[in-house]
Amino acid sequence: MSEPAIIEFDHFTFQYYSQAEPTLHDINLKIYPGEKILIVGPSGSGKSTLGHCLNGLIPFAYRGEIQGSLKIQGLETRDLDIFKLSKVVGTVLQDSDGQFVGLTVGEDIAFALENDNVPTAQMRERVAKVAQMVDMDSLLSSSPFELSGGQKQRTSLAGVMIDDVDILLFDEPLANLDPATGKTAIEIIDDIHKRSHKTILIIEHRLEDVLHRGVDRVIVINDGHIIADLNAHELVSSAVLVDNGIREPLYVTALKYAGVKVTSEMKPGHITTLSTELSGHALQLWHEKVKTAAPENRNPSVLAMENVSFSYDGKRPVLQEINFDIREGEMVSVVGKNGAGKSTLSKLLCGFEKEDRGRILYRGEDIRDKSIKERAEIIGLVMQNPNQMISKPMIFDEVALGLRMRQVPEEQIAERVDKVLKVCGLAPFKSWPISALSYGQKKRVTIASILVLDPKILILDEPTAGQDFRHYTEIMEFLVEINRMGVTVILITHDMHLMLEYTPRAIVLAGGRKIADTAASVVLTDAEVIREANLKETSLFALAQLAGIPEGTRFVQGFIDYERGLKNR
Amino acid sequence: MNAKLKLFSYNMADTFIHRLSGVTKLVCFLLLTFAVMFSYDIRVILGMMVLSIILMRMAQIRFSQIRLMLVYVLIFLLTNAIISFFFSPEQGVKIYGTKHAFAEVWGISLTWEQVFYQVTKFFKYASVVPLGMIFLLTTNPSEFASSLNGVGVNYKAAYAVALTLRYFPDVQRDYHDIYLAQQARGLELSSKAKFFDRFKNSLLIVIPLIFSTLDRIEVISNAMDLRGFSKSKTRTWYTSRKLSRQDVLALVVSAVLLLFTVAVSVFINRSRFYNPFI
Amino acid sequence: MKDLFKVNTKTIVATGLGAAIFTLLFMFVKVPSPVPETSFQTAYGVSAFFATLFGPIAGALIAFIGHALSDAIQYGTPWWSWVIASGVSGFIFGLAFKRTKVEEGEFKGKDILTFNIIQIIGNAIAWVVVAPLLDIIIYQEPASLVFTQGITAAIMNIVSTGVIGTLLLIAYAATRTKKGSLSKG
Ligand SMILES: Nc1ncnc2c1ncn2[C@@H]1O[C@H](COP(=O)(O)OP(=O)(O)OP(=O)(O)O)[C@@H](O)[C@H]1O
Ligand SMILES: Nc1ncnc2c1ncn2[C@@H]1O[C@H](COP(=O)(O)OP(=O)(O)OP(=O)(O)O)[C@@H](O)[C@H]1O
Ligand SMILES: [Mg+2]
Ligand SMILES: [Mg+2]
Repeated sequence: MSEPAIIEFDHFTFQYYSQAEPTLHDINLKIYPGEKILIVGPSGSGKSTLGHCLNGLIPFAYRGEIQGSLKIQGLETRDLDIFKLSKVVGTVLQDSDGQFVGLTVGEDIAFALENDNVPTAQMRERVAKVAQMVDMDSLLSSSPFELSGGQKQRTSLAGVMIDDVDILLFDEPLANLDPATGKTAIEIIDDIHKRSHKTILIIEHRLEDVLHRGVDRVIVINDGHIIADLNAHELVSSAVLVDNGIREPLYVTALKYAGVKVTSEMKPGHITTLSTELSGHALQLWHEKVKTAAPENRNPSVLAMENVSFSYDGKRPVLQEINFDIREGEMVSVVGKNGAGKSTLSKLLCGFEKEDRGRILYRGEDIRDKSIKERAEIIGLVMQNPNQMISKPMIFDEVALGLRMRQVPEEQIAERVDKVLKVCGLAPFKSWPISALSYGQKKRVTIASILVLDPKILILDEPTAGQDFRHYTEIMEFLVEINRMGVTVILITHDMHLMLEYTPRAIVLAGGRKIADTAASVVLTDAEVIREANLKETSLFALAQLAGIPEGTRFVQGFIDYERGLKNR
Repeated sequence: MNAKLKLFSYNMADTFIHRLSGVTKLVCFLLLTFAVMFSYDIRVILGMMVLSIILMRMAQIRFSQIRLMLVYVLIFLLTNAIISFFFSPEQGVKIYGTKHAFAEVWGISLTWEQVFYQVTKFFKYASVVPLGMIFLLTTNPSEFASSLNGVGVNYKAAYAVALTLRYFPDVQRDYHDIYLAQQARGLELSSKAKFFDRFKNSLLIVIPLIFSTLDRIEVISNAMDLRGFSKSKTRTWYTSRKLSRQDVLALVVSAVLLLFTVAVSVFINRSRFYNPFI
Repeated sequence: MKDLFKVNTKTIVATGLGAAIFTLLFMFVKVPSPVPETSFQTAYGVSAFFATLFGPIAGALIAFIGHALSDAIQYGTPWWSWVIASGVSGFIFGLAFKRTKVEEGEFKGKDILTFNIIQIIGNAIAWVVVAPLLDIIIYQEPASLVFTQGITAAIMNIVSTGVIGTLLLIAYAATRTKKGSLSKG
């Protein structure tokens, strides 16, 4: 490229004030105008830190030491301030709730213009135009509580686009979005890219989901170093992803299981560009070979809902006529659209809210009269938002809290807590304050604090949000282990991979009703359910079609069973 | 606590009062409130009260919207009346300078002055209530901050108010969730617990609420900085409205009422008090 | 000294959210005291905590907005005399800003003393001076009544601000990290 780079890191190193080691080491990176870049890497590798250097939060809001140089549009960033940078770089933060500062959608989109003293009349005009671009023009006077996760995300997008910046930075735009909304978000970003030729950077754990639309380059970061800088096809066919504990696209894994050598000539970066001329046959052979053997769970029922309905305000129903029956030792996932009522369901089970109608049964017995505390002896709930559970400043005390309240002797506590911290990958941080942890790490603290109590039934609300593949696998394998020992596990998740891999059965909610309750592999191949519950067809299904295998569902099931077989060996 | 409590039941009706700009309503509210707080003349106070009840009617405020508030206000006023009588049964005599006793209870003489003083005070407190209610129930929360800025409050302070209104429901929901999560960890929160335990327990909820809020403060202020908040000395508001002729009219009427109140005190009563006893 | 009144975006956000918490606690989270018919307001502990971290402007606005808003929700209108007194108390609490080492992760002996002396002065001025005077000026309340009320309120608020504010600040200090102190191990 002959054009000068719009972003240029040159031997750039950054160390947070409180850290003993630099978080970013000797970064050298050039990004050219109009490029679309994806940044991936394990949790805690420094992705957000890199983003903060670009938008000026470092060093404006976070103290630390910078070495080397970072130029944006040829200007050294340390000579600019955050306001000048905000004219060039628009940032959409991961937390769309935190980003939403206005009382209504219109006010929030207008926020940057208000700060720029744009006259009201002109402001309204521009807001209306941008709102139309992201399809929010009919909701300008809605307040954030009335919006779904996806609508909030669109509002955030409009809020940065209104300023006409040259660079757009997205920090984990997909976390907490349901699969279909996530897909739409990627499409909106791509449309903006195509239409405006802005430079776009996306930081994201969900590699396969971002690769739904094309990107120019993928940059892999681990431990503060840039490990790779490749195009999607080269990256996916290399060993970089596996080596750095990043989840490769499922269809690539399937190809590898079938003994196919994935090369960049096959264009494996996106399922849509993948050529299967060479591999179709191998896949078919593999498919025939795999034995599907899902032993059916015939244990007695442990937890059931009968015709349960619920509403928070007495007007708008959130759950309607829910029925299900979970058997002892099952591992079940609950999936569905943002706002479908999944978290609400878990709150009803734990007695946080009381059902308006219907019954909840534990081993066939109505538990209406059991208090929250009594239910907690049986059911452990890890809530969606970690901040709502954490009540101690130090990690160890937080995990030990429940045990202390149950008057367990202190020596036993130390032993049990240590074991759980190891499982959750938190052993190195045992004596850290919780405030120094990243989002993913905090989430693991809350999982640990419930696991340590040994509940009979475990409900986890979005356990893998913000987790990288390695930690996610460690936690999930531990859950599988305790599940084998008889603990019933219910997972609430937007992660279709997770559902497929770990839970044989899935309950699907949409608009407060149960619309499916069947094998996970069946759910993801039923077009009607997928559409209604905002899910997304798995790429394995598409792969099966590409390879000319007619029974897509069985192919997906075969993949899961094969993988389970590998792990159990 | 009631998790279903709504902030204000702002009613979306389309009346003369709703159409006034937020700035107008705020200024009128302040002018009239000041008038009744200044005056100790029951004629003025009752006049103002009648006026504000008429305005409430015009704004189509339903009784159900204000019932609970009225109950609280009445409890407050009655308690205040009783306590203040026993603390200082001669306060009226002191203010009005005469003493017309008409009865005696437990050795305390009841005077007309005291009755008049307490009745006046009762209405003086009560008459600000409808004014406040009209303002709260007819002003769109979105317009509130821009109105404050419009009457000269620094825009940063005004924005702090906007943030309070924006995040109050979130904080309320968090509080409720933390309360439940703590119970699930084994915390006993029943009212049977001892005083000291209850104190300790409420800390176990308040501490996580505050610490999660501190994290959130960081995220929100980053988001605001990234979008240029506080970079210049002024800012404009998406929700601000131009003053119409009706606005001007309302402002003039309120100002005249305030001047009238002050004039009554200065020229007729020759003090803040209306004294029927001399 | 000028630094005491510096206001940046974070101060504003802390003010907004602090006031939201203040409102909530002021209305719902009162700890009943051993004396019947009275209760300790946890909210003042919180305004003192925020004031110590973010300064007098934040402290004053948090208590002022929070008190005005909860009055408005409960009674339909703010009772200005007490609202203003709350604001004054928050302002004075804010004088503890940058006088303690809580941001460096230390809140012990001398810091606790500094904080508590300031909060006692703040509560005393607000409830024994400002609130009663305003009540007398506006409503001609009997002096004996308002001063008795004021002294009771001051004592209760000193206790709850002292206990809750101190505990919160100790907990906060424990979360602060020192330069270069974090390493995996
Ligand atoms: N404000 C801070 N002060 C000190 N250390 C920090 C701070 N923010 C992040 N860190 C540390 O820097 C490292 C990188 O953090 P960063 O948030 O950049 O990770 P990330 O790659 O974005 O991770 P994730 O995928 O979990 O968001 C982590 O080990 C974290 O503990
Ligand atoms: N405490 C509450 N008060 C009132 N309404 C609520 C409350 N919690 C949730 N809701 C509403 O109930 C509906 C269901 O919310 P819920 O959190 O159960 O959805 P969800 O399926 O978990 O969504 P997500 O995937 O985004 O987490 C939403 O419309 C939400 O706005
Ligand atoms: Mg991050
Ligand atoms: Mg949820």
